[in-house]
Amino acid sequence: MSFDVAIRYAAGERERDATISSAAKLVALTGPSGAGKTTLLNCVAGLHRRLSGHIRVGGETLFDRELGVDLPPERRRAGYVFQDLRLFPHKTVAANLAYGARPESPWKSPAEALDFLGIGHLARRYPARLSGGEAKRVAIGRALLSAPRFLLLDEPLTSLDPARAEEIVRLIERIRDELGLPILLVSHAAAEVERLAGATFVLD
Amino acid sequence: MTWPTVDEWGIVVLSLKVSIVAVLVTLPVAYGLAWLLARRRFPGRVLLDAAVHLPLVLPPVVTGWVLLLIFGRTGPAGHWLEQTVGLVFVFRWTGAALAAAVMALPLMVRAMRLSIEAVDRRLVEAARTLGATPWRAFLTITLPLSLPGVLAGAMLGFARSLGEFGATITFVSNIPGETQTLPLAIYTALQVPGAESSVTRLALISVALSVAALVLSEWLVRRSHGRRAHVL
Repeated sequence: MSFDVAIRYAAGERERDATISSAAKLVALTGPSGAGKTTLLNCVAGLHRRLSGHIRVGGETLFDRELGVDLPPERRRAGYVFQDLRLFPHKTVAANLAYGARPESPWKSPAEALDFLGIGHLARRYPARLSGGEAKRVAIGRALLSAPRFLLLDEPLTSLDPARAEEIVRLIERIRDELGLPILLVSHAAAEVERLAGATFVLD
Repeated sequence: MTWPTVDEWGIVVLSLKVSIVAVLVTLPVAYGLAWLLARRRFPGRVLLDAAVHLPLVLPPVVTGWVLLLIFGRTGPAGHWLEQTVGLVFVFRWTGAALAAAVMALPLMVRAMRLSIEAVDRRLVEAARTLGATPWRAFLTITLPLSLPGVLAGAMLGFARSLGEFGATITFVSNIPGETQTLPLAIYTALQVPGAESSVTRLALISVALSVAALVLSEWLVRRSHGRRAHVL
């Protein structure tokens, strides 16, 4: 089972229930704006604390109210690519990539990651001087270098032109097939969800 | 007008010593308080906020008198510090530094608090998902991004310390060579007939030091802004 989530959580004013149970490598979450999709990702990452139920990813229990398990974010090992990316503005691209880097990551060094992502020429730039597509690749690379046990991708294709979006979709396919990490993907783009996901859950 | 006398240079050196010690000792305390007020919700937060701001709104003479009650030789903190570490405040330059520190604290906390509040908490969350403990996230994200506020706070505190008068003269009196800082020396010279040139010299030095502190902090903030490419 890659994702086994059954939780009740507070999103905005209301309580929501979510059940995701799938063995698919890439699980997509869809639903209208305000359905609590990002909050659900935050629950899995350990950033949202008002919830009950359980969250297991790849057989590992991250949260279980009944067992009293609630791992802090730094021990969950989520590779979280935020919708707003959250690159560190005071660090260069190379330093952003190196921030959480662990030796078990798919790449030996941030330099290798820069090559894989095709952004080697940007290593010394600050995030303020990156385009949307470049920043997105840095955010994905930073998450992967931390040797995550799974990936959380929040709307990775928004604000990209079709060519850039296609690049990111191919990158996600490579991560799914070559690295074999469980991926939880939030997306509005029906065509990409169709193409990437092994299972789709709708929040409403 | 002539160059400052040896005594006048001594006053400048004492003032710088008092102000620099006051700022350095207050810096970590002010940052800790600023962080607490900016990032934590706890019972008594409003009271703590008010207590920090008290020296800003009280007459400085009252602050000096309160310091005398608490840190005087018979005051609870003063007695304890003298017994345990031999630290005496009354009629000493250390007391002048303490008075300057207390008066500078609210200004330093305000500047630092604003810059800590301006640091996007979502960046701290991102650091946590990348494996950073709360402490590492603080050291690598919150602290460097709030550095311009720390520098601005330190400069404000330094300028405030250089100008401190009321609390100092109440708490540690006006002793040449020990507690007589620039403002106290200017005040004293004003009482003496024929000391106008001394007053002018000391006043000009005060202006020069304040302007230098202002320019230096502007330069430091701009340098760190440029290097970190982060606009607050």
